[in-house]
Amino acid sequence: MATDMTAKTTYDFDQMLSSAREAYGEELMKMADEGLDFVFTYSDNVAASSATGKFVAKYPDRCFNFGIAEPNQVGASAGLALAGEIVFSQVFGPFLPLRAADQIHTDIAYNDVNVRLIGTHSGVTAGGGPTHNDIADLALYRAIPNLMICVPADADQCTKIVRKSMEYEGPMIIRIARGAEPNVYKDTDYEYEFGKAITTKSGNDMSIISCGSSVYWSLMAARILEEKGVNCRVIDMHTVKPLDVEAILNCAEETPLIMTVEEASINGGLGSAVAEVLAENSWGGKFKRIGLPDEFAVLGDPMEIYAYYGMDPESIAKSALELLEK
Amino acid sequence: MREYLVDLEMVKQLEDKATQIRKDLLNFIYRIGMGHLGGELSVVEVAVALYYKYLNYDVNNPEDPKRDRVVLSKAHCSETLYTIFSDLGAYSQDYMVEHFECLEKSKFGMHCNRLYLPQIEASAGSLGHGLPIALGMALGARKRKENHMVYVIVGDGELCEGSNWEAIMAGGHYELGNLVCIVDKNQLSMTGNTKDVMNIDPLGKKFEAFNWRVMEINGNNMYEVCEALQAIPPAEPEYLRKPIAIIANTVKGKGVDFMEGESKWHGGGIAKAELDEALKMVERNRRVR
Repeated sequence: MATDMTAKTTYDFDQMLSSAREAYGEELMKMADEGLDFVFTYSDNVAASSATGKFVAKYPDRCFNFGIAEPNQVGASAGLALAGEIVFSQVFGPFLPLRAADQIHTDIAYNDVNVRLIGTHSGVTAGGGPTHNDIADLALYRAIPNLMICVPADADQCTKIVRKSMEYEGPMIIRIARGAEPNVYKDTDYEYEFGKAITTKSGNDMSIISCGSSVYWSLMAARILEEKGVNCRVIDMHTVKPLDVEAILNCAEETPLIMTVEEASINGGLGSAVAEVLAENSWGGKFKRIGLPDEFAVLGDPMEIYAYYGMDPESIAKSALELLEK
Repeated sequence: MREYLVDLEMVKQLEDKATQIRKDLLNFIYRIGMGHLGGELSVVEVAVALYYKYLNYDVNNPEDPKRDRVVLSKAHCSETLYTIFSDLGAYSQDYMVEHFECLEKSKFGMHCNRLYLPQIEASAGSLGHGLPIALGMALGARKRKENHMVYVIVGDGELCEGSNWEAIMAGGHYELGNLVCIVDKNQLSMTGNTKDVMNIDPLGKKFEAFNWRVMEINGNNMYEVCEALQAIPPAEPEYLRKPIAIIANTVKGKGVDFMEGESKWHGGGIAKAELDEALKMVERNRRVR
């Protein structure tokens, strides 16, 4: 059963922004200050002024810079884990799945080691065009056995995942955006559980299943829909693998339309995962995936790109209304 | 008169062991029907010297935190290690044959898996992975103030993979004196001479340029192998020092005349008649000191 957050004030339309990158760096510092033992590997993209940069400065003996060499960074992170360490490894997201795919598959997942790969700048958040877009990762990660995939909806949830990962045995991906994304949860006093989706908004006219910062855009869309008399459920599927199948089937049973929203290629990501569950359960309702289409994305500010590809709240709501009218 | 730095009687014993391991290995590959005999035979002296003399390692206590680590990056040559584990008493050859690539009963595979066998430090198979993993282990030992050594055995063919050079660069950068990379330089990859497929020479100069200390030896000469391994100082992970590369010049298929220097013996099985002939050749090619 999905965690029901609807009883609480779960979302914040005041557009308070927080950076998951900063938040998890602060959490690493807190955990180290508390005496928790882990190491940190990183590359040439951790600024000294950032929270992770400050962590590195305070705890140099447990931090290892790998320059610009993702395969070596990921492989050596596996080696550090085999030496007995819990490893947090921050990699610039666009280059993590594509350059180090074999190391993620073999050194991390097949070797079953305690490495938490933190891919930053997910989706199109890095800016700079398709070479710096991180869109194929969810499809790749989903096809690698023994790899948990976490996509926190906001900065606070990211810190919960980082903290909780200290008790988790096995490899894990934590996919975060560039930084300064809206807070989804105003009331952050909730227990986070891997693999258990959160119902951030209830509703029985339709469902949106989303992950990452797209959860916020989905909630905004749900608010627009509410004004039109459509009561939309919004599910935060923060763990893309293992997937909370029960939460999806509840949506299928209780709502006639399911949409997925993610900032990744629509091929193989969360939308595909949900579609697989629905098809294999012979669901006959309406279904639509929203995400980055099968093309190299246009260049622009992320907000402009979301609007261009129908991933912004207005477009999501418009798609929903069109499908409901059909 | 030459002054010998290594005890010759010990070298002779290791040479005898290498001969026996070659024979056991050939029998094992004959029984399981597949292997990579060329590279498995070339690395025998290095593997025997490590496991029978120079490692702090007990195959029957593979979780000992003080043990030296060996990562076999050229993991398609795992059967050499399996044969040594067997000879050291961990598994009988019958048990290894029964548990070789047989679905859920599998303990042994063409490419070793650490989750199946506690004596394997890292699951591998895809080339170019062992060095980064060993580098991480050496960094981990430094952080944990553990005094064991990390050895990684790589093939010369796999040094085409760029990930190796990323790790070689980082090894020099971090001055990991507890990291030893042994290159089984048997001159052949799957389809031909490494010089023709992709020239990696001058290899020693490359390692030196990446701030490694280099020893170049005849890797099928047990005396030279012992001399090199004996020259490695204790790990002392906190002491910044160049990592060590041992370039072991070897012969692919060493010990079996019709396999030596033949890339067609890279992978595959061996027929009964070939096995009988090969066993005689290994005996005949036994080094007489």
